[in-house]
Amino acid sequence: MDRAADSGGSVPIAADATQARARAVVAAVTDPEIPVLTLDDLGVLRDVRLDAGTVVVTVTPTYTGCPATGVIAQDIRAALADAGWPDARVDIALTPPWSTDWMSDAGRRKLRDYGIAPPGPAADGGGTSGNGTSGGAASVHPVHLVRRGPTAATAATGQPECPRCSSPRVERLAEHGSTACKALYRCLTCREPFDYFKPY
Amino acid sequence: MKSTTCDATPGGPAALAAAHLDYLLRLGDNALVLGQRLAEWCGHAPVLEEELALTNVSLDLIGQARLLLSHAGQLEGRGRDEDALAFLRDEGAFRNWTLMELPNGDGRHDDYAVTILRNALASALHVALWQALTDSSDEQLAAIAARSVKEARAHLRHAGEWVVRLGDGTDLSHARMQAALERLWPYTQEFWSEDETERRVSAAGIGVLTASLRPQWEATVADLLTRATLTRPRDTGFLSTGKLGRHSEHLGYLLAEMQSLARQHPGAAW
Repeated sequence: MDRAADSGGSVPIAADATQARARAVVAAVTDPEIPVLTLDDLGVLRDVRLDAGTVVVTVTPTYTGCPATGVIAQDIRAALADAGWPDARVDIALTPPWSTDWMSDAGRRKLRDYGIAPPGPAADGGGTSGNGTSGGAASVHPVHLVRRGPTAATAATGQPECPRCSSPRVERLAEHGSTACKALYRCLTCREPFDYFKPY
Repeated sequence: MKSTTCDATPGGPAALAAAHLDYLLRLGDNALVLGQRLAEWCGHAPVLEEELALTNVSLDLIGQARLLLSHAGQLEGRGRDEDALAFLRDEGAFRNWTLMELPNGDGRHDDYAVTILRNALASALHVALWQALTDSSDEQLAAIAARSVKEARAHLRHAGEWVVRLGDGTDLSHARMQAALERLWPYTQEFWSEDETERRVSAAGIGVLTASLRPQWEATVADLLTRATLTRPRDTGFLSTGKLGRHSEHLGYLLAEMQSLARQHPGAAW
């Protein structure tokens, strides 16, 4: 709406400024499943540009089957329509693949404040592909087996801290939690359960 | 696009294009059919955490299938999108390994041992396969592989933990895990059988000979079985042929359930 008012004047707006404003609108859109995180925090926003007056947004999906991807694209178009760009386009880019390493520090802080332990470093170094091709069996041997019985003994395997009391004494209750990207943990100090955003 | 490679391939560019399409359908159908099988546990899993786990794994697989089948449809150039390929093909046009379509138990009763062991055997191969395909000369396939390998690692971790827990568990859970292994093992032989499709795509750098990944798979699986105190079955001469479009009796029923809604309401969107 305000863009219509702006461009209704006789002074043309510089493309750069328009682009920056469109980017700010898109960057402020929040994740539908974790509403404290913006797309900027999440690290899925690749590009916002103007193509002959049309705003073209490029985002990368998180998990391949993440149901939020479609909703995110809808929310971006809705936010841009509200800001005066009714015909924006959203492109999905698969490469380089998203990793939780791309999440901003601000995003990690917000997650913790929200009660979700932020992800540790991604196991495979995250980001781009091409780190080793076939490799030996050892390089793709991720099976860290956890037996029933005494837990919390293996602190070496990148366990999260409790987002409430910061205790490192935690135990995993379930690898799969309330959404595809989270695991369910319990703090052994304050006894509160919490979600852990899994490294990906 | 890859004209120099195509010309060097026996059978020429048309044969390579057909093999490329066939290869993508194999990858996509493996993900789709296993994803559908796992989704059958929705509402029936033994505990809530495992219900979430299996449906999340299913979600990953169906996400991979959507990308792979969309890519296959574009490559084919006959206007078939992911939905047309998933819902409007008949049994004989599906190219998944027979292992993926087998029921979650013995066909009458669901069995968690069979379900979880199949996930372990399949994801152990998928970790190696997607890793290798990140170098594919088909850039879209390489992009899909780079994402899928992360998901396959998580699937292997989840299934592997249960194989060990149940295999090295009680006498009953051990016996059921070993029985599941005897039931499923013969179907893994289909991974390694080579054919024209695989030879063409691997010569062109699009795909790999799955048999070349066998040492890696054997090492992962042997380690898992040792920890689970399970005995590796002997290889038999049995060879299933799902990837050639000749399936077990189980796929038709799976497709009937998966496709009926889309076929009753052609073109419906929601």
